[in-house]
Amino acid sequence: MRRARPAPPAPACPGPPDPACPGPPDPAGPAGPGHRQAHDPTIPLPYRVVGTFAHTADTVTLTLEPTGGPSLDFSPGQFTMLGTVTAGEAPISISGGPGGDGPIEQTVRDAGGVSRALARSRPGDILTVRGPYGTGWRVQDGAGGDILLIAGGIGLAPLRSAILALLANRPTYRHITLLYGARSPLEQVFREDLAGWSSGPGAIDVAVTVDHAPVAWQGRVGLVTRLIPQARFDPGSTLALVCGPEVMMRVVADSLSDAGLDPTRIRVSLERNMECGIGLCGHCQLREYFICTDGPVFSYSQVAGHLATREL
Amino acid sequence: MTVRTIADFLAEHPFFAGLDNPAIAELAGCALIMHVSPGDYLFRQGGTADHFYVITRGRVALELFSPGAGPHVLDSAGEGEVLDWPWLIPPYRWFFDARAVEETRVISLDAACLRGKCDRDPRLGYDLLQRVAQVMSHRLQATRVRLLDLYGPR
Amino acid sequence: MTSGPADAGEAMGSAARAPTGGMPPSRDRGAPTEKGTATPPPGTGQAAVGAPVITDVAGLQTVIDTLAGQGYTVIGPTRRGSAIVLAEIGGTQDLPQGCGDSQDAGTYRVTDRRDEAFFGFAATPQSWKAFLFPSRELLWSGAAAPGRLTVTPDPAPGKPMAFLGVRSCDLHAIYIQDRVLLGRAYTDPRYAARRADAFIIAVGCSDPSSTCFCVSMGTGPAPSAGFDLSLTELLRDGRHRFVARAGSERGAAVLACLTAPTAGPDDLSAAQAVTDTAAAHMGRHLDTRGIRDLLYASADHPRWDDAASRCLSCTNCTLVCPTCFCASLETVPDLTGEHLTRQRVWDSCFTSGHSHLSAGSVHGTTRSRYRQWLTHKLASWVDQFGTSGCVGCGRCITWCPAAIDITQEAAALRVPAPHDPAPGGEPA
Repeated sequence: MRRARPAPPAPACPGPPDPACPGPPDPAGPAGPGHRQAHDPTIPLPYRVVGTFAHTADTVTLTLEPTGGPSLDFSPGQFTMLGTVTAGEAPISISGGPGGDGPIEQTVRDAGGVSRALARSRPGDILTVRGPYGTGWRVQDGAGGDILLIAGGIGLAPLRSAILALLANRPTYRHITLLYGARSPLEQVFREDLAGWSSGPGAIDVAVTVDHAPVAWQGRVGLVTRLIPQARFDPGSTLALVCGPEVMMRVVADSLSDAGLDPTRIRVSLERNMECGIGLCGHCQLREYFICTDGPVFSYSQVAGHLATREL
Repeated sequence: MTVRTIADFLAEHPFFAGLDNPAIAELAGCALIMHVSPGDYLFRQGGTADHFYVITRGRVALELFSPGAGPHVLDSAGEGEVLDWPWLIPPYRWFFDARAVEETRVISLDAACLRGKCDRDPRLGYDLLQRVAQVMSHRLQATRVRLLDLYGPR
Repeated sequence: MTSGPADAGEAMGSAARAPTGGMPPSRDRGAPTEKGTATPPPGTGQAAVGAPVITDVAGLQTVIDTLAGQGYTVIGPTRRGSAIVLAEIGGTQDLPQGCGDSQDAGTYRVTDRRDEAFFGFAATPQSWKAFLFPSRELLWSGAAAPGRLTVTPDPAPGKPMAFLGVRSCDLHAIYIQDRVLLGRAYTDPRYAARRADAFIIAVGCSDPSSTCFCVSMGTGPAPSAGFDLSLTELLRDGRHRFVARAGSERGAAVLACLTAPTAGPDDLSAAQAVTDTAAAHMGRHLDTRGIRDLLYASADHPRWDDAASRCLSCTNCTLVCPTCFCASLETVPDLTGEHLTRQRVWDSCFTSGHSHLSAGSVHGTTRSRYRQWLTHKLASWVDQFGTSGCVGCGRCITWCPAAIDITQEAAALRVPAPHDPAPGGEPA
């Protein structure tokens, strides 16, 4: 019973009652007695960890199920504020495909703090979920043309969600290409998916490169931008989705721009400190943008100048 | 059925994109096609860079060997790319070991032959130099970015 | 009236009553103001409900009593030690009668006015933000057991509050926080509830300090809208009186309790003279012409290094600022880990944690933090909320231990910087 005002004492005016004087305010207010918030965005929903998959030594995908009610309805590229009961929350990408009613998948890299507590979750643990929040990739804007997805490191996680959405509507798109740069062969995430996506009907082009490789590695070595000239896409009708460390995204977006893509058709997903996820706490500002609500996905044309300004 | 000539392969390769037919024909005069099996080395560090290798299929890894740690792959080049530039720049010496990691087909252009044509036809020489410089620039910038260890532990 | 409260109510679940008359939040960000001043509340100049009346100290006491009788906690200025603070008051005897203040960059002193004035001082150290958006607030509490978590929303809000003595700058600050916390897709339901309940008694400013510049920001010194009642204190001819006007129906209803006479032309002109005189005695000026573009174009101006050499990154400016809204969400578990609370706590863009990423702070230097604060306040705020984030109250100047002056820093950016190539080839 929140928001119900304590019954104030009567009478209103001191001295003899004056009919002109206001009576006590209606304790229930115009919204009616005992009215509660439809949903208070700071209140999380408990989710249960039903599966964990370790991609690398520090990166894990958690499969989460609501402890009651329906699962999240999200768009690829959105995130949740995911928390452990005692460690607090962190913004975490949704890496699974949208549209299902099943559990959601979120991929966490242990970078200390809350992310470490999340990455160490075990099946049966309760995590708190708020969201989904933020702008998504809006892959449907690429319908009828080519789609170029360029991922670096764990940046593949939010792009995986986009890929699954694209595959669900494969005929809507022409060439779909994923270019993925990882630190080393063993530090790739979603290795099994990479193989699966590039084979069978409706396959997409997948090219992987790594920064460091042992001799046994038969694949490419070099920066992910090296893969761009080999990719099949028509710059005039391509939507590019880029996710990775900010430096990598800037280099990639500039390379795509050089390759003829309009910066309005290059989308990047930015990372800043997010605490509330809903534009109220002020932490994630990039000049006029709130990354959590105006982003995290922006067109490169929106943010290129911002990202080029140090410490903005 | 037509037999594809070396000139056809050169003309189709992105490195030579836009080069006119007479120039392609000139270059083809220095070229032959080579096949390299996985594990075979195209050249070794310190060797004389007497060829310019243009990859038309497969992939080659560029390695350095360090005692105890063994070979480390620093870069790779594959179909549509070229293998380095020491053939153009004195002292014409290879800096890495180049090992084929797949069945690889390269167009091997004789370095002395190429340099001779460039000397005699500075317009062609300048064009080639620009193309090589662009490759060098892209690789250098990419290598610098990799120095950040972008995806490394935080 | 606009439909603002209903807009906000949709996102808030209609929990809140309409905010005080004339200042509903707007969902859209609005057009950026050309001058970079604070946007006036809607309905400016049309706030009066009924004719102004003239009353005295007893009348003011009646207003306080009436509101207390209606269940309001009445909060007003009162002297505490060597400062005038905002706190619960029981009557006019608690007001800081005869107190003035002397403020300058890095300086605040309470002075003796040698008169009867209740409101003869400028901005109090803390603004009404401390009540509408408290520095620490419980959001929910949780009880955890293996495989289970029960979340209990925060308890019901406290009693409705009546604010006595809200200056025009602070009225605008409340309006600006309405835009921030109620005017967008996500809203703060606790703020909404307190805000809807709050009864606002404005006071026309008579004695601006040397750090005041509300005239520059278009926010004062005369309250124009956004109040339930507005008072102008008159100390003429040995009589201590107030011209009082209502700005809302509930304000008019309270005024009706006074059975006070309608203010005469002399009273009204005397009241006008009070704020006119105040307007002519602004201690500082901030040139807002093109200020948004100026700040955006000045990201690499050397002045930031100069400011950073003085700034202690102490966060005082953000804590006293009546519009700053940055907050952290803290999870506070007990020792067993079985019980926890989640709390919203004021934060500041001057802390390293504010922009924390796993790789480090985005704003790792004082330079970048000061630039973030000033650019947000005077420029990006305009893009975000359709209004400047500065109301010219001068608190950030007074309470800066290094005496950094926002008006001077903004002015210094107008001195062109030596050429520096714009990043990315063109200005952002």
